[in-house]
Amino acid sequence: MSNSSASVLILFAHPALEKSRVNRALMEAVRDLDGVTFHDLYQQYPDFHIDVDREQSLLRQHRSVVFQHPLYWYSCPALVKEWVDLVLEYGFAYGEGGDVLDGKHWLSAISTAGTLRAYCEKGSNQYTIREFLRPFEQSALLCNMRWLPPYVVHNSQQISDPELDRAAENYRRLIERLRDRPDVSVPAGQHSYINKWLEQEPAGGN
Amino acid sequence: MAHGFFYLAFIYLVAAVISVPVAKRLGLGSVLGYLFAGVIIGPFMLGLVGQEVGDVMHFAEFGVVMMLFLIGLELKPSRLWRLRGPILGLGGLQVLLTTFALTGIALYFGLEWKMALAIGMSLALSSTAIVLQSLNEKGLLKTSAGQSSFSVLLFQDIAVIPMLALLPLLAAPGATPAIATDNVLAGLPGWQQTLVVLLIVGAIILGGRFLTRPVFRFIAATRLREIFTAAALLIVIGITLLMQSIGLSPALGTFVAGVVLAESEYRHELEADIEPFKGLLLGVFFISVGASIDFQLLIDNPGLIAALVGGLVAVKLMILLILGRLFSMSLSDNLLFSLALAQGGEFAFVLLAFAAGASVLPTSLTNPLVVAVALSMLVTPLLLLFHERLLSPMMRKHRERREPDAIDEDNPVIIVGYGRFGQIVGRLLKAQGFSITLLDHDSSQIELVRKFGNKVFYGDAARLDLLISAGAAEARLLVLAIDDRNKVLEIAALAREHFPNLTILARAFDRSHVYKLMTVGVEHIYRETFRSALEMGTDALQHLGYRAHQAHRLAAAFRRHDEATLRELYPHWGDEKKYVFHSHQRAEDLVRLLQSEERRTHPKDHAWAIDQLREDSRD
Repeated sequence: MSNSSASVLILFAHPALEKSRVNRALMEAVRDLDGVTFHDLYQQYPDFHIDVDREQSLLRQHRSVVFQHPLYWYSCPALVKEWVDLVLEYGFAYGEGGDVLDGKHWLSAISTAGTLRAYCEKGSNQYTIREFLRPFEQSALLCNMRWLPPYVVHNSQQISDPELDRAAENYRRLIERLRDRPDVSVPAGQHSYINKWLEQEPAGGN
Repeated sequence: MAHGFFYLAFIYLVAAVISVPVAKRLGLGSVLGYLFAGVIIGPFMLGLVGQEVGDVMHFAEFGVVMMLFLIGLELKPSRLWRLRGPILGLGGLQVLLTTFALTGIALYFGLEWKMALAIGMSLALSSTAIVLQSLNEKGLLKTSAGQSSFSVLLFQDIAVIPMLALLPLLAAPGATPAIATDNVLAGLPGWQQTLVVLLIVGAIILGGRFLTRPVFRFIAATRLREIFTAAALLIVIGITLLMQSIGLSPALGTFVAGVVLAESEYRHELEADIEPFKGLLLGVFFISVGASIDFQLLIDNPGLIAALVGGLVAVKLMILLILGRLFSMSLSDNLLFSLALAQGGEFAFVLLAFAAGASVLPTSLTNPLVVAVALSMLVTPLLLLFHERLLSPMMRKHRERREPDAIDEDNPVIIVGYGRFGQIVGRLLKAQGFSITLLDHDSSQIELVRKFGNKVFYGDAARLDLLISAGAAEARLLVLAIDDRNKVLEIAALAREHFPNLTILARAFDRSHVYKLMTVGVEHIYRETFRSALEMGTDALQHLGYRAHQAHRLAAAFRRHDEATLRELYPHWGDEKKYVFHSHQRAEDLVRLLQSEERRTHPKDHAWAIDQLREDSRD
């Protein structure tokens, strides 16, 4: 599964994939791409015993890191937090000598049942997805990584099949773009979601 | 020849120390060793011990009393209660039928009915000492055959009491029994006797339940080990005296006391204290049985004695086999049960001496009978050996010849071996609604799990046709959970060869078994005790003060390392030098790994390297 020439590492986390529709579709869209390592955390570490050495060597081998997971309680599933706690060590990811992640992309690919309208000041969730993802954004910053606006699929419980197909297709294009253009930069301030940028950038364009 | 105590002790001990290890080495078991030692030092061969053998035997019988106390300690009241059926049914029928049969035979040879009955009763009993010691040594006491044997022996212990009461009634009028009973109840009317007996048994139970704990606590507080030992001996000897005074079997009394104490926290201490005494006394008992065999009588009447021994063993064996059948034991259980109990016992010595003393039987009759009983006791370990070496392996073969069940199911999972291991796997999968084809080649196991509503097919899965009919061609998983290492390998190889798409999960015994399975091409291998040992280690760390999560992470790191090492060392398997060299290296790696793991375990202290951060923030 780990591919030395791969450039995108997808850290996928879903504790109940058997019930998932959106994440399954997204997963299937990117899992077999060349140059992409799809790393299913809940499948690898059902007991939460993360092999830190192995995870760190995976990080070394890739230029972009994608965290793909559903939004649980406005954050990530527990195993992703455990992963961050243990793998992003002092001296590896940050602090003295902690330069391994310098310049690598950090992309969060999120699915959520809430609609875009729910995630705003007037909405039921009061804050935007971007605001909820601040801890991740700051973590990327601490590790000297390049934070990208998140890829978000809203309304995951009711999304129609054609819409889901389009979301999966866009996700595949995004991952391919990251793979083929490792120095792509999307100013985080410019777009709240990377979905927008994807729509503006024509396929294959530079 | 009168000998001093130390001289006798020396002879007995030398005989035991030499003959028992030799007998063990030859695979004969300790009981035969002791018996032969007795024969060798006895009057017939070396003549190192003489007439005092009878007294010694009488004293050493106390070992049997201790043995029953120990057995009682291991038998919780609830388990004893479950045995009530076998004890009363199986034991009762054995004593009754054997007594009738032997009495009938004696009558046939023209004895008077009183004599015949006395002989029948004496010989109906088996040897608790020989049977339990032999079965225990072979680890068979806890098997169903062992439990059945034990039940019968327990009933015989009870049956001795009415027999002793009955014998004087059979005496010719005018004769006085030579053995005076020191039964203090003899003068009381029957109902009062019964009442006193019940009261005393009740006192033992209540005393054991409520009195022993504070007393033992008090004694244990002295921290003098020998006083505790003295107390343990005191219990056994006290109960023996009490029982003798009211004419009950001491063995039975101490057994009851043992059962009462089985749930006491001092149980293991008591066991450890009594065990050496019991072992030595039983050894002395067996030696004295061997030494007491009157070989002169055997040489003078070889035909008669041989007929007596053969007849006795044959009749008892036959009745036991019929009973085993009646109580629906499996054939192999029944054979073990019957062979174990087919001898005369130490009670026969007592009863025959009593009968001779009471002039029920003339010594011209009892002497050859005593020799026959002693020889039948010598025969029992040999019969058990015969069972272990020839019959039991043959039974296994025989069972293999049983036609495998027809299997009419197509399930995605096949589990071979539905014992302690396979059941866990099976129950988990079944709880998820998977239908499973279960195979086992142990019929008693099959009967057992069928009682719980599982459909288990009989058959040897190392046969290709059986695997095919079990649906191995369509199944997705083959779970090999039997405890026979070679069988696991055999089945795995067969399945790999014929059903390449079948995923095999195999239970492995140890590392070398893992490697053998890897060689056969099995990918999923589970060392049967690895995970539970690791769990125990994790708990041990916690008891040493580690936090649960830290202990778990260390254990997980250990597991990952151990499993990786196992695979890494595979190429060196068979080359001991290299294997040892690399394992040493890997052991060093492990220490480093666990140290770094420990550093990471605690996010607050280590993963976040608080000290470093503090220094950095000072810059």
